[in-house]
Amino acid sequence: MSLLEIKNLTVSFDTAAGPFMAVQGIDLSIEPREVLAIVGESGSGKSVSMLAVMGLLPNTATVKADRMAFDGVDLLKLSPSERRKIVGKDISMIFQEPIASLNPCFTVGFQIEEVLRFHMGMDRAQRRARAIELLKLVGIPEPEDRLSSFPHQMSGGQCQRVMIAIAIACNPKLLIADEPTTALDVTIQKQILDLLVSLQAKYGMGLIMITHNMGVVAETADRVIVQYKGRKMEEADVLSLFESPKSNYTRALLSALPENAVGDRLPTVSDMLFEPAPPAGNNAAAGAAS
Amino acid sequence: MSTTVLEGKNIVRDYHIGGGLFSGPRTVHAVKGVSFTVDKGKTLAIVGESGCGKSTLARIITLIDPATAGELFIDGNKVDIARGGLTREMRRKVQIVFQNPYGSLNPRQKIGDVLGEPLLINTDKSAAERRDLAMKMLKKVGLGHEHYNRYPHMFSGGQRQRIAIARALMLNPSLLVLDEPVSALDLSVQAQVLNLLADLQDEFQLTYVFISHDLSVVRYIADDVMVMYFGEAVEYGSRDEVFSDPKHSYTKTLFAATPRADVASIKARLAKKAA
Repeated sequence: MSLLEIKNLTVSFDTAAGPFMAVQGIDLSIEPREVLAIVGESGSGKSVSMLAVMGLLPNTATVKADRMAFDGVDLLKLSPSERRKIVGKDISMIFQEPIASLNPCFTVGFQIEEVLRFHMGMDRAQRRARAIELLKLVGIPEPEDRLSSFPHQMSGGQCQRVMIAIAIACNPKLLIADEPTTALDVTIQKQILDLLVSLQAKYGMGLIMITHNMGVVAETADRVIVQYKGRKMEEADVLSLFESPKSNYTRALLSALPENAVGDRLPTVSDMLFEPAPPAGNNAAAGAAS
Repeated sequence: MSTTVLEGKNIVRDYHIGGGLFSGPRTVHAVKGVSFTVDKGKTLAIVGESGCGKSTLARIITLIDPATAGELFIDGNKVDIARGGLTREMRRKVQIVFQNPYGSLNPRQKIGDVLGEPLLINTDKSAAERRDLAMKMLKKVGLGHEHYNRYPHMFSGGQRQRIAIARALMLNPSLLVLDEPVSALDLSVQAQVLNLLADLQDEFQLTYVFISHDLSVVRYIADDVMVMYFGEAVEYGSRDEVFSDPKHSYTKTLFAATPRADVASIKARLAKKAA
């Protein structure tokens, strides 16, 4: 059974100019112990579809799907309070800006223990012991002392490690990482990616990596979904995606990588998609034709 | 024959941090004696992690901050803004493009005014001339006349970065400092902006100082590469030298950390995972 199964997901936002379709009919499934990467540029709806799974979209968003099930539970039928019991425990998410996603007013220890108190009902001593264990796990030195640090006293890489510690605190079955390394240096990026992949393997989690960096995809994923303007362009395992991309859009993305530059000029995505993107509604057609 | 546009000799920059209630004053050595030369029409890339002093160096080259010690030559003339002050002519020669196109444009200023302002401050051109030049520059960076009266929020990130580049070019500089100009942009837009930069370099014989932490971009655009680590230039040489034979251990770490998107390395990873 799939860990997460989504069929025909659409998300639209009410705007002054009428509804805006951010996600238009995405199908997605992830098996336990699998690393799935969702790739696309800004506005491709990759974050929005995952936020819909988490139930974190604002009120202006309308989420529709034929099926959205996590571990056999239909997420669409759950009440908000039932859903909160799953989100943060069995599904958890880490975000792009580690420093912004931690609360600056509370210590790191408090923020890790908060999850444990809410979801696991541990007592004070258990929580502290688990928090220390978690910080050790994500590779923060002197975890006992670090519990009483505030986010501003830590570097970006360390804050992201704390976010990961919070996310894996309740042994989730699915971890969603939304551009986890975009704000970090290359050397730190490598460390965080290695950490995520090793934790994924150790605990047998499903891992969804949302990213726009093809290098990150190549280094982590088993299977890849390429999204463009709210539609799925291509789904393939990582090797065949890089070896023989099927859709024009994927081919364009890969050839826009600076390391693949032929001669002096970089081919751009608009060079490869022969016609300019038609107006909304049909805006993925140009990319889908292959 | 190539002419040297920019030369730095032993540039040092210290920041003095005043003591607070509980701590004494101390000195941060942000840049510790860096030397470099860039020839006309060439690109020097400066690579390093955050806090290594690359942006401090960019501020010194752009004549925003003075160096604590060392000599800076632009077009062969020694420049020292701490003593000599800054003339309009020197200000014209060096321009900068910042990382975040969302932060570097004033949201309340129309694009036409954004482009006209450097001329208004630094030259005696009339309003009609300024308008003419701004229109021409919009064309050059791939935007149209209709964009003249729009505000920054009406543009995408890539378009805004084009506007920032256009603003930097208004005064016809000989040296352009690019502080991570594409790291906030999507891959496809990044390729367009890099192409634009390459075209403009050919057209105006521009010299670039390109600051980045993305090695694949550096490899594409740079002629010379300088790797900085804790304020020192640990590696400096032509692109091919640095990329084919990195000497310093930090450079090697940096190369090892850069994700590779080629089929061979994916195969290697999958094989390792299956084992």
